[in-house]
Amino acid sequence: MTQYLLSVWADESTFADMSEADLQRAYSQVDVFNKELEASGSWVFAGGLHASRTATVVRSVNGEVTTTDGPFAETKEVMGGFWVIKADDLDAALVWAAKGSAACMGPVEVRPFQDEPQ
Amino acid sequence: MTEPDVAAVFRAEYGRSVATLTRFLGDIDLAEEAVQEAFAVAVGRWPAAGFPPNPGGWITTTARNKAIDRLRHESARDGKHAEAVRIGASPSTGSSARIDTELIDPGEIERVEEDAVPDDRLRLIFTCCHPALAREAQIALTLRLLCGLTTPEIARAFLVPEPTMGQRISRAKKKIKAARIPYRVPAEHELPERLPPVLAAVYLTFTAGYTATSGPDLVRADLCEEAVRLARLLVDLMPDEPEAAGLLALLLLTHARRRARSDPEGAPVLLTDQDRSLWDAAAIAEGHALVRRCLRRNAPGPYQLQAAINAVHTDAARAADTDWRQILALYDQLLALTPTPVVALNRAVALAEVAGPEAGLEAADAALASGQALGRWHLFHATRAELLTRLGRDAESREALRCAVALATNDAERRLLDRRLLDRRLSDSA
Repeated sequence: MTQYLLSVWADESTFADMSEADLQRAYSQVDVFNKELEASGSWVFAGGLHASRTATVVRSVNGEVTTTDGPFAETKEVMGGFWVIKADDLDAALVWAAKGSAACMGPVEVRPFQDEPQ
Repeated sequence: MTEPDVAAVFRAEYGRSVATLTRFLGDIDLAEEAVQEAFAVAVGRWPAAGFPPNPGGWITTTARNKAIDRLRHESARDGKHAEAVRIGASPSTGSSARIDTELIDPGEIERVEEDAVPDDRLRLIFTCCHPALAREAQIALTLRLLCGLTTPEIARAFLVPEPTMGQRISRAKKKIKAARIPYRVPAEHELPERLPPVLAAVYLTFTAGYTATSGPDLVRADLCEEAVRLARLLVDLMPDEPEAAGLLALLLLTHARRRARSDPEGAPVLLTDQDRSLWDAAAIAEGHALVRRCLRRNAPGPYQLQAAINAVHTDAARAADTDWRQILALYDQLLALTPTPVVALNRAVALAEVAGPEAGLEAADAALASGQALGRWHLFHATRAELLTRLGRDAESREALRCAVALATNDAERRLLDRRLLDRRLSDSA
């Protein structure tokens, strides 16, 4: 089993423009998807994130810590949430990603975790 | 019987051995290393000791033994009981089992040599052409792993620097490993998504060989031969896929005209002007038989329709005998399935033959309106130039030809267009 990060990417402004009804629909769809993921045993962890302007970046260099208002990268597209799943192979992970993408109505990036050191 | 040479065995057997070893070892790099080692042994042994009765089986078995030896050696060095050998993913679940090298049955190794080696090449093709890999990487991996082309050969064929190609291949292999792209043939319900990239990789290999996008050689025959080989392999391995048969037919019927496509100076010769006695009759017969088989199945797809169009062209003893109505009807079907500007332009050419140059020109200009990118393609302007000439609109025709020359990226095609422009001037001044 390999663990995969399934991250949801979106232009934050489109979220702001979404109607309350659409938001509720996305939430309930994701809820259904999460339950299916848990029931299958593929669930590891998941969460939705607050807007990127709530982020803070910390750098520790030679014991000196600097803290700045985030996010780290000023990009239009930001990660809005993610799942960590375990799957047999990439094809299985891609099937979950397709379902997750439909549920949250946005593109999902699939990225494998490095193997744990044995 | 003439003795095969080791190079010929390499060409014929490399892909199959790598595919089998990849299933056995669960790792493409290890598989390639083992197969290459086995060929190194063969080069030293066969010419003197004689060729084994089944050279391919010998290579696979030797590669397997080399891999096992190496794993045993490494596990002894590491002090572990036995380093696990990963046996490939099972087709149903895609999960991998780990077994000890001790458990590998020596009898099985013997059987490999005696019987036909189970053909794992289909798994390998689907792994190489997985949609999670970039198209360029898919093609490079397929040529490397299935056809046994070296990285420098592939780099030369695609006119990219060798380090670039090496990086492309090694990155793709790393992704296969890290993301765990499975080593299996997709299930029936996955094929509509998974088969097209495989066919496209083979088709694009052919087109890369057919018309070099730049540089002096019009045809890089090696790539065409490899593509035909791959298409034939796909038909052998998936005899029930009509589009695979359609692709093979299309490539055969196109490749059959290679000797007539350019004159002794290397300038391209248009289909109308080709010496049809130079066409490869055997390849055409095989292509026609495939097209007939596809027609009986009646599940048309883009490759089958293009093959059918080429079958009509190659069915005519003289260019004047071409059944353009049939070709137009096929283009109508093709355009409905794949409504691209290029198909629309080709349909316009057929329409001009059936309904006259005026109708053809109108359709060509409509094709441009549907896709502006067409305006950057030299053949669009060359087509317009031809139709305008037939309509007696010489000034516009010359202008279109000049656009075509400016946009042509292949030296030989540019020469042909230049010559036409020159002919036009000479006839004008006469």
